[in-house]
Amino acid sequence: MTNKILSIQNLKREFRMGAETVRALKGVSFDVEPGEFVTIMGSSGSGKTTMLNILGCLDKPSDGIYLLDGVDVGKLSRNELAVLRNHKIGFVFQAYNLLARTSALENVELPLLYNAAISSRLRRERAVKALQAVKLGDRLDHLPNQLSGGQQQRVAIARALVNEPVMILADEATGNLDTRTSYEIMALFQELNQQQGKTIVFVTHEPDIAAFSSRTITLKDGKVIRDHRN
Amino acid sequence: MKLFNLIRIAWKALQRNKLRAFLTMLGIIIGVAAVIAMVAIGQGSKQSIQDQLSSMGSNMITIRPSSNQTVGGGARLDASGLQSLTLEDIKAIQKQATYITAVSPAVQSRGQVINGASNWPTTIQGVSPDYLNIRNWPLKDGIAFTQEDVNAADKVCLIGQTVVDNIFAGEDPVGKIIRFNKIPFKVIGVLAEKGENAFGQDQDDIVIAPYTTVQKRILAIPYIQNIYASAIDENSSAQATAEITGILRASHKLKATDEDDFMVRTQAELINTFSSTSQLLTVLLAAIAGISLVVGGIGIMNIMYVSVTERTKEIGLRMSIGARGMDILFQFLIEAILISITGGIIGVILGISASRLVTFFLSWPTLVSQSSIMLSFMVCAVTGVFFGYYPAQKASRLDPIEALRYE
Repeated sequence: MTNKILSIQNLKREFRMGAETVRALKGVSFDVEPGEFVTIMGSSGSGKTTMLNILGCLDKPSDGIYLLDGVDVGKLSRNELAVLRNHKIGFVFQAYNLLARTSALENVELPLLYNAAISSRLRRERAVKALQAVKLGDRLDHLPNQLSGGQQQRVAIARALVNEPVMILADEATGNLDTRTSYEIMALFQELNQQQGKTIVFVTHEPDIAAFSSRTITLKDGKVIRDHRN
Repeated sequence: MKLFNLIRIAWKALQRNKLRAFLTMLGIIIGVAAVIAMVAIGQGSKQSIQDQLSSMGSNMITIRPSSNQTVGGGARLDASGLQSLTLEDIKAIQKQATYITAVSPAVQSRGQVINGASNWPTTIQGVSPDYLNIRNWPLKDGIAFTQEDVNAADKVCLIGQTVVDNIFAGEDPVGKIIRFNKIPFKVIGVLAEKGENAFGQDQDDIVIAPYTTVQKRILAIPYIQNIYASAIDENSSAQATAEITGILRASHKLKATDEDDFMVRTQAELINTFSSTSQLLTVLLAAIAGISLVVGGIGIMNIMYVSVTERTKEIGLRMSIGARGMDILFQFLIEAILISITGGIIGVILGISASRLVTFFLSWPTLVSQSSIMLSFMVCAVTGVFFGYYPAQKASRLDPIEALRYE
């Protein structure tokens, strides 16, 4: 169990909406090994978003155990969760979420700014390396509005790589892109997974995106209904 | 996160919206500039009043008669025309006082001064030769009268510049004979110009003569109306006052239960009175200006709230990649402080320039004090922290999940 990236056992999440209790996750269990490329599929209302928030350490489970790289997330405070996200997770969002009027390089440096252990020189080196890894080594000083959608998403991927996380967590990362660019981005994810051994968890509702991954977990009504290797 | 990084991030955020940052700053800029300029004007006028009062002789002491008699239901007798001060008092002060360097009796009368066809209404002041020392008043021309002139009640006089201007058009007055209420006086000297005093009176509109001459030839009185004295220095005027009071009470044979039949006023008291008036003015001006600082602070708060709402998604992103609540709090707080301090610096520069312009164009005296700069600068920083804190706290408490989904 120690070498697992994710270990989820009987995970539950309930929300209180006035007098009603909404059970978004009703006991989910799965593990993710290092180097896996997992897609989590599900239509809206399946508990996919709740799953994503918990996996991303933005939310805590109501019940059950979630170990991220051996750390029991359910027991952490708000600040400890922030530090955990900073050290172990790289987020890629649907809407890229780059800071406007801020260069690609500075956008990529951002996660390292919240890590006091990293000097400004190391920060810069790692940001440049991350941008080179997503083939944007020649766009360091470009602002987001000078980049195409695909390029912006690649900057966002570089930002997710820069803190050397144990897991990249992508949320509909191709949702705002046309089909061709989507495939390019997915190919990039595949490359990061296969060549650099990055563990990737990709949340999506599009089945053809899932085809790029090595394993697909399908959620429905807060439960895992299918978990298979492609 | 390191402080330097925080400041850098905040500075960049402001640069992304320069116009808005500047407009927000404007409230602070105007507030600080107003405080500095207003206080400078207040302090300047205080300083100039002090200077004017000092020009009257800052260690001068004035003794006037005052009534210690009450009639009927407690009404005091009018002090004018009281005859409680005498030459005996002068002698007693001269003999006994240790904090006094010079003393002069004074009697005065209004009247018409005539030179040939020109005449001019003015005041004649009868004093001893020491008076000019007490008033710190040099002669521009001629010589002063002496104790011999006093002893002989000689009809000699010194005249002020205003009198010269009005009855000696272009002539040299020294050696000429003028008439004051038909009594002929020989002009032996012209007083240096002193200008207006703090009350707006023209100090140069005067004829000065030996007091014996004025007593005998004009007023026909044996007593004296006022006594002017000079303390050793400004700081000893309180001791001098006490000393004079003691000497005069003994000289007037007052019992311990009797009230003084005279009053002793020092220039220091006058300065204090005027200073406290202009101090009040300064405080009022500063208060008005301070209000505009508060308004500026509210402007900052308003913009910071807008900014937090506008950048909810950015806050969500920062949180998701590892910013703690504290990091976000400091980011926005430092932004607010940067706005207020930058505004403060510009305001200080503007305030000093405005003071200079006021002096240059209106020739009002101004005095920019370091304390007012320090004070308004500190108020700025506090304003930034105070009005920036709540928006920053709001930002730091956002739920990252909701912030990320915010559109």
